[in-house]
Amino acid sequence: MKPSARPVYLDLRRIHLPLPGWVSILHRVSGAVLFLALPLGVWALSVSLADEAGFQRLAVGEAHPLVRLLLLGLIWAGAHHLLAGVRHLALDADWGGGLRHARQSSLIVLLAGGLVALLAAWRLFA
Amino acid sequence: MKSITGARTGTGSWLLQRATAVLLAFALPGLLIYVLAALPLDFAGWQALFAPQAVRVLLLLTAVALALHAWVGMRDIFMDYVRHTGLRLSLYLVVIVVLAGSVAWLVATLWRAT
Repeated sequence: MKPSARPVYLDLRRIHLPLPGWVSILHRVSGAVLFLALPLGVWALSVSLADEAGFQRLAVGEAHPLVRLLLLGLIWAGAHHLLAGVRHLALDADWGGGLRHARQSSLIVLLAGGLVALLAAWRLFA
Repeated sequence: MKSITGARTGTGSWLLQRATAVLLAFALPGLLIYVLAALPLDFAGWQALFAPQAVRVLLLLTAVALALHAWVGMRDIFMDYVRHTGLRLSLYLVVIVVLAGSVAWLVATLWRAT
């Protein structure tokens, strides 16, 4: 027997995530981004520690606006992932699980991650 | 027959994810402060930053924790979104190669001179 027709919202424009949902999916996205950044980071460390020429090459490359934009993205990803992760650990410990507190902590995590990115942008571009 | 893709309950992975998360939440900001506090640096200063054996060992331990953490996280993502078993197992393999390769590369980088 087929179940009765019910709405299946797979249309992304019709899915409205609540704040904790945004924190959660961005935690996932930032985690995947950081995974991709790991080999890049090891590569950069390897080149910079190898010899003077490699160090200078990276120092020059780091000043490029696109590289700094990438860096800014990674800083946001790291900050959001850490903050949202701490929030999830708190929820695991049964702390802040109520709807009101869950919404408040979601807003704090999103704003704090944005603030870290803003400060980083100021340091990188100003 | 035992399934090849989900024989365990997941409690071990869940705990590993949390334990490494706590470790990384302290180790990574600590290492970041250690580097940022020494800036700006020339090449000699940059090398000297990673010269102490304690720093290398701490960095390696952090990288291993990070690899384990990333493994559980990436596996969770693929379990949720990739339904095709063969493709999912292939992606697991890619993740393992990238993570194990990164840690091995880090070891080679940090202990190259010694």
